[in-house]
Amino acid sequence: MLQYLRTSSPAVLAALGQHVVLALLPVLVGLALALPVGYLAHRFRWLYPPLLTISSVLYAVPSLALFVVLPVILGTQILDPLNIVVALSVYTVALLVRTVVDGLASVPPAVTAAATAVGFRPLGLLLRVELPIAVPVILAGLRVATVSNVSLVSVGALLGVGGLGALFTDGLQRDYLAPIITGIVLSVLLALVLDSAIVGVQRVLTPWSRMGER
Amino acid sequence: MITFTAVTKRFPDGTVAVDDLTLDLPEGKITVFVGPSGCGKTTSLRMINRMVEPTSGQVLVQGRDVMEQDPAELRRGIGYVIQAAGLLPHRTVVDNIATVPYLLGWDKKRARTTALELLERVGLPAAYAKRYPAQLSGGQQQRVGVARALAADPPIMLMDEPFSAVDPVVRAQLQAEFLRLQQDLGKTIAFVTHDIDEAVKLGDVVAVFHQGGHLAQVDTPEQLLAAPANDFVADFVGRDRGIRRLGFRLADSLPVQPVDAPRDSEWVLDLDDRSRPRGWSRRGVTASMQSGGGTFTTADSLRTVLDLTLTSPAGVAVRVDQHGVADGTVDHAAIAAHIQHDPIRVAR
Repeated sequence: MLQYLRTSSPAVLAALGQHVVLALLPVLVGLALALPVGYLAHRFRWLYPPLLTISSVLYAVPSLALFVVLPVILGTQILDPLNIVVALSVYTVALLVRTVVDGLASVPPAVTAAATAVGFRPLGLLLRVELPIAVPVILAGLRVATVSNVSLVSVGALLGVGGLGALFTDGLQRDYLAPIITGIVLSVLLALVLDSAIVGVQRVLTPWSRMGER
Repeated sequence: MITFTAVTKRFPDGTVAVDDLTLDLPEGKITVFVGPSGCGKTTSLRMINRMVEPTSGQVLVQGRDVMEQDPAELRRGIGYVIQAAGLLPHRTVVDNIATVPYLLGWDKKRARTTALELLERVGLPAAYAKRYPAQLSGGQQQRVGVARALAADPPIMLMDEPFSAVDPVVRAQLQAEFLRLQQDLGKTIAFVTHDIDEAVKLGDVVAVFHQGGHLAQVDTPEQLLAAPANDFVADFVGRDRGIRRLGFRLADSLPVQPVDAPRDSEWVLDLDDRSRPRGWSRRGVTASMQSGGGTFTTADSLRTVLDLTLTSPAGVAVRVDQHGVADGTVDHAAIAAHIQHDPIRVAR
């Protein structure tokens, strides 16, 4: 085990770095897409049920199938990491649209009404009142999406795309336990670290949400 | 300052919330919209800052039709206080108060300085500035709500049942402070309540709304109690109108008997060495002035004086001057006789 880490640590670190990028990039893309879509679904209620169905269906597509089908749709190489990023972005959007809608719905109507009555315009209302108040709910969804992405990236290794999953395939092929254990431990640690980071962001962004009780 | 001309509001479902409302809100005064639920009082209020748009008719604010103004600009120029305050939960108290100044683009320092002044003005300690709304009691949140409405010093304020979510003791306190504040500020205020006692207490003018958005009567509180326009208003104004109306009549012209005039009661008024009433005594039994009625001045209302005569053991209320020296007494027969003859004087 130590022997493995000593000789392969540059490769392991590279895999870890790639894993982080492959897991986090879709979170950012997914959030960027889910915010406007979620806002539209919140604003125009009739959009919500169909959007929810579409996201549920998208989320139900097996990841491996998506990884295989995407190159055909996108015209990319099967080994292109872009496939992973796009696939995981799709999952993240599917997960976060609902979260964004729930988050916006968590804003008390009395607060939006009062904010409108004191002179917020629709955009200011969204950016400075509704979204900030929705942050705790949205970040809760973001935690789920992030952790789930960390685990899904590993599946990409079956297609030969890097990341920590490559350590599993490597170990299996060579019948060698050390890379497999390293991959598992690092995946778990990575999920924990990213999750804590989001919790930390939430503490900074929403000091008010912990002040519920006097 | 604010004028409704033949304003009707019909909602898409066909409900008529406000029906042909014509009403003038006097400048610098408190106009209370009162009535049962569903009478259109809140809808009327919300048409002033265009939160609701009239189906027909015209609402003028400072001479300008609200429908010709940008809604956000219009609203920033009108203070707004609602039930349960409606504060922004993610902003501190000082930032909540400074909401409108920020929207108006004031620089941050000036907005905060103004907000801190207002925090003090509504009776909250400066230490509360950094708290979040959830850390305040209902009454404190309501004070912050009032401070927020005042922050940009708008000439007009709309208040939608601002004191109905707090307990009666706090409500009475907030009402008294609100009246004191208004004496200094002289804003043009539209105030919605379903509580006729609050309407009569706070209003310079009271507009009673009837179900279906009709205006039943617009009058001073005193006139409303004295002469309800119809059975609906009489019923809504409620019982004890006669007694409550005395609350608007000052005791300044109430004739009094000399303190030492003979009375057909065994109770004797005890005075201290500077002629200030201490209490009542009869054959060695004494009652303090606090437990046995009390004293009044010419600034009190006839209602207060009448109540004193009913609680005093001697059946007599004692008038004192500004130094607390007893200068006359009055019994309820004298009050009754006075009410028959004295012209109305409104206490404010």
